[in-house]
Amino acid sequence: MSDQPLHNTAQFSTPAEPPLIEPGYTFASVTDKISVIVLRKGTPRGWWVGLLISFSLVSLLLYAVSYLLIAGVGIWGINIPVGWGFAITNFVWWIGIGHAGTLISAILLLLHQEWRTSINRFAEAMTLFAVACAGLFPLLHMGRPWFFYWMFPYPNTMKIWPQFRSPLIWDVFAVSTYFTVSLLFWYVGLVPDMATLRDRSASRFGRIAYGVLAMGWRGSAYHWRRYEVAYLILAGLATPLVVSVHTVVSFDFAVANVPGWHSTIFPPYFVAGAIYSGFAMVLILAIPLRAFYGLEDFITQRHLENMGKIMLATGLIVGYGYFMEAFMAWYGGNQYDLYMAINRALGPYWPAYWALLACNVVAPQVLWFKRARSHVAVLFVVACIVLVGMWLERFVIIVTSLHRDYLPSSWGMYSPTFWDWATFLGSIGLFFSLLFLFVRFLPMISISEMRTLLPDANAEQAAEIKSDLTKLP
Amino acid sequence: MSNPPTIYGLLAEFEKPAELLAATRAARTAGYQKMDAYSPYPIEGLAEALGFHRTRLPLMILVGGIIGCLGGFALQYWCAAVNYPVNVGGRPLNSWPLFIPITFELTVLCAALSAVIGLFALNRLPMPYHPVFNVRRFALATRDRFFLCIEATDPNFDLTATRQFLDGLKPKQIEEVLP
Repeated sequence: MSDQPLHNTAQFSTPAEPPLIEPGYTFASVTDKISVIVLRKGTPRGWWVGLLISFSLVSLLLYAVSYLLIAGVGIWGINIPVGWGFAITNFVWWIGIGHAGTLISAILLLLHQEWRTSINRFAEAMTLFAVACAGLFPLLHMGRPWFFYWMFPYPNTMKIWPQFRSPLIWDVFAVSTYFTVSLLFWYVGLVPDMATLRDRSASRFGRIAYGVLAMGWRGSAYHWRRYEVAYLILAGLATPLVVSVHTVVSFDFAVANVPGWHSTIFPPYFVAGAIYSGFAMVLILAIPLRAFYGLEDFITQRHLENMGKIMLATGLIVGYGYFMEAFMAWYGGNQYDLYMAINRALGPYWPAYWALLACNVVAPQVLWFKRARSHVAVLFVVACIVLVGMWLERFVIIVTSLHRDYLPSSWGMYSPTFWDWATFLGSIGLFFSLLFLFVRFLPMISISEMRTLLPDANAEQAAEIKSDLTKLP
Repeated sequence: MSNPPTIYGLLAEFEKPAELLAATRAARTAGYQKMDAYSPYPIEGLAEALGFHRTRLPLMILVGGIIGCLGGFALQYWCAAVNYPVNVGGRPLNSWPLFIPITFELTVLCAALSAVIGLFALNRLPMPYHPVFNVRRFALATRDRFFLCIEATDPNFDLTATRQFLDGLKPKQIEEVLP
């Protein structure tokens, strides 16, 4: 115990950097503090209120989807020339939000960013739920969602195959692979914690339910070794995957021959935008969760600040993307592209364009200041603004490009209907309902990974004692 | 207790990860082979201390990835160029650059599936019953305690001698594990 401060300084090379876990925690107290949130009897009232609000939005979603299945996609505001409207805007927005989870759990793991540990679990859950919400929209947008399996290559009586040269089919593979791999990654991470909950649960039902999910995990050193290998390789696989998913989503646009879409900057600029909105959502979730469940010792000020820095960096990349779009429209000398750029800024949808610039480029500049980054309320507000901005970005890209393309005779306007809004708000409700259920029934912070951050877990300490003990027998 | 083969092994409980690591190394030095160490989080060097150096898992993942890659490309080639050739704007039927995204996704998918299936298969999970769960205190192995189990199938295992040996490692407690 006496040499504990020594290990603290060894672990964090710059003494000015605050620790990842507040001092004074042990293996037992970390375990208990996280698992008690799930295992305690009775549920806090705030949780019920939150679930009730989210679930009423889910009811709205069910209502909107039921009517959609009866009446068809004509209930939405979409028509020629704007056939994509809200559905695809929401799809791209949600899938972008999902990207932060895999980024935190995979890329930051490979980069040895230990601060990711306390936020990766719920960021991964956020990914799954966001991808689920995202998947909803192209399905509903198909018009006959019950034939969704036509997109997969299976031998069928029509004797035809999907068009593998189309980015829309690439999307099917990219999104379904992304969901599957994220789910596997999340579940593998959960298994040791399921074993902890199995062994700590007081109720028979809890022991059985968590026991089934733990699959008999017992913490054997052989198992841990393979587990670490598998986890690292999964992270290595998820890293190019997360980049590929939003790249493929951007191909939906970039491969098409529409002014404002047909651009090589789309893949990197979409990936940066995805991470940008994803971190905004992680902040929006982390800030109330840590306050509500008293997890400030685990999700520290340093975590919030780092996420603010990532938001600032990706926000600058996105801003560069906007600038390049406008610049290339002028520099390329193509009259349709130039008209597109002017129409975005000054055409009928000008408020959306300028609002998106204000939200995504101007607002995050406040994060240059350390005082702003370390102020929880400022971070929360900036994150909300960024999410609005990123939604507007997709809306502007889709609607302003489609509504006026080459032939002025085929121009048109798009405006969302009640059902567009109902489906969009409903998907937000679905996302938050799933999250409320998640924080109630599963540990929102990885317990086994948090243990490795404790000073007691240090391997150097182990080596010292080892030299004494090997002499023994 | 008079009949040694009727137990699974002896389980020693430690309070610190370093003690478990040192005890495992000591047991290995003393010639024990059939043993396992249990901890609430992965301890660096513990698997090596047990004599476990290499796992076939990376190879399995590589094979899975290659199957996904070749299978994914073959699927698209066969569908688009052999079984139902469609002339899209005069492009070649084997328009391979456009097959890359799906090939990539299926590579990742198959590699990830083999990683997870391989992990559980090599670890022999799910395993609902295991003798160590008979020890009540073993529930702490997923919280804050560290266990070393020397199994009765080890050729050097002798109930009295092994218990004495484990005692010398100064564990918090030693328990017999029923099979």
